[in-house]
Amino acid sequence: MNYINQVVYKSYVLAEMEVRKLLHDPTELITRAIQPILWLGIFGEALSKVRAIPTNGVTYLQFITPGILTQSVTFIAIFYGLSIIWERDMGLLQKLLVTPTPRLALVWGKMASAGVRGLSQAIIVFLFAIVLQIHLILTLTSVVGVIFVIMLGAGFFSGLSMIIASIVKTRERFMGVGQVITLPLFFASNAIYPITIMPPWLQVVARVNPLSYMVDSLRSLLITGNISQLPFDIAVLIIVTLVISFISAYMYPKVVL
Amino acid sequence: MTSDIIIVSNLTKKFNGFTAVNNISFVVKEKEVFAFLGPNGAGKSTTIKMLITLLKPTSGEAVIDNYSITHQSGHVRHMIGYVPQMISVDGTLTAYENLMIMAKLYDIPSSERKKRIDDVLVFLDLVDHSNTLVRKFSGGMIRKLEIGQAILHRPPVLFLDEPTSGLDPIARRNVWKHLFELRNKFGTTIFFTTHYMDEAEEVSDRVAIINSGNIAAIGSVEELKQKTKNPKATLEDAFIFFTGTALQEGGNFREIKKTRAMQRKLG
Repeated sequence: MNYINQVVYKSYVLAEMEVRKLLHDPTELITRAIQPILWLGIFGEALSKVRAIPTNGVTYLQFITPGILTQSVTFIAIFYGLSIIWERDMGLLQKLLVTPTPRLALVWGKMASAGVRGLSQAIIVFLFAIVLQIHLILTLTSVVGVIFVIMLGAGFFSGLSMIIASIVKTRERFMGVGQVITLPLFFASNAIYPITIMPPWLQVVARVNPLSYMVDSLRSLLITGNISQLPFDIAVLIIVTLVISFISAYMYPKVVL
Repeated sequence: MTSDIIIVSNLTKKFNGFTAVNNISFVVKEKEVFAFLGPNGAGKSTTIKMLITLLKPTSGEAVIDNYSITHQSGHVRHMIGYVPQMISVDGTLTAYENLMIMAKLYDIPSSERKKRIDDVLVFLDLVDHSNTLVRKFSGGMIRKLEIGQAILHRPPVLFLDEPTSGLDPIARRNVWKHLFELRNKFGTTIFFTTHYMDEAEEVSDRVAIINSGNIAAIGSVEELKQKTKNPKATLEDAFIFFTGTALQEGGNFREIKKTRAMQRKLG
């Protein structure tokens, strides 16, 4: 089997392992459902009454649904590094690193499993959107597009998380860094308000924030149906995810040192 | 006639100027049960990490079954099995799933996987627990499953880092029974570390003692005991003679925290 086949096949094996773990114990998925429900049901409902935020012709609840979905996926992915540290402490990571598995496959496997966990959030958000009567475009094309974007976004943020884990090495430090990163990433994006209302310096941050591109893609697919910007958004996500996966594959084994 | 399956030549590892392993050389013969002993912080873990390709040496070389750890690490990984000190099976998966994942990662052909897994489950007396979640296993069963994962691809060399740490005497004996069967059946070379000197004395063909990054002594248990000039010496006496320290005196906070957590989990 050549290197590329090895990477793809073993990424699949590792992702499959994560899916099996989720199927044996789905408690995590249920507890993680609470956060997007609170954001949409409380924050979204309350802010939609204010009508102070320009949403370009859609309701505020419609506007923030892709943002909340992005936030849920991102928050799962960004704490993925914790599982690396936990696996290191358990000895599982050392055992995986000693197998003839390409480092890139170890990273892609984790990225794919973060994506699978992220997809579970999409189901929750879609179901709750129906309850709140939020109109979403749910065609075969849009759903396939949403799956692809979530896998990319979760891949990027879990890759970033693995890099952080390989630097900080302990759970305590990781939690601190994770908290410092997640909220600024969320608020410095177009998830809950448009970039145009931000001060100029924050607009610059938002435009280099990959989370904004994920929100834009999901908003195009689920809300506006205007896909003129979609190829660019997805291209950005593909490039940053690939770059972060290569850096992560280099850094990842250092977590055991 | 047996040949050398592990050849370590002038292996050195430095971390920011600190020399963890200092120019060590030794060989391990085929089918040998080889104990690698040393106080905490002596360089044991660093040496093993280099041999199993987790860490690149600063200088020197080691060859495992004719493959270089520095230039042919991919080949070396096919030649070795590794059982870490910590629990390295996934408690949220069944025994069968844990084995299947390793079978796939070790490139065992799909046509052979099921048979190999079934053979390992029979060999380790785990057949009746094949579909049980591993978090329900006892400490001894967990260790056996970890050994099972490490031998699925039938490696000529098995590295075990404190394989019986945290186990009761019956479970320890059971683990070694299986390791000896493995050696006798497949000719597997067993390279292990332990803090149990009585265990090392009982099971090892040869012993190496590392201290402050240097090989302080190497030979059979009897040879090491004779060097102490004490006719009643045990391996523990020999260990103290060569290292000049008592067991478990060293170790940092992180190592001790991990060890105790693992011992608690194994019951």
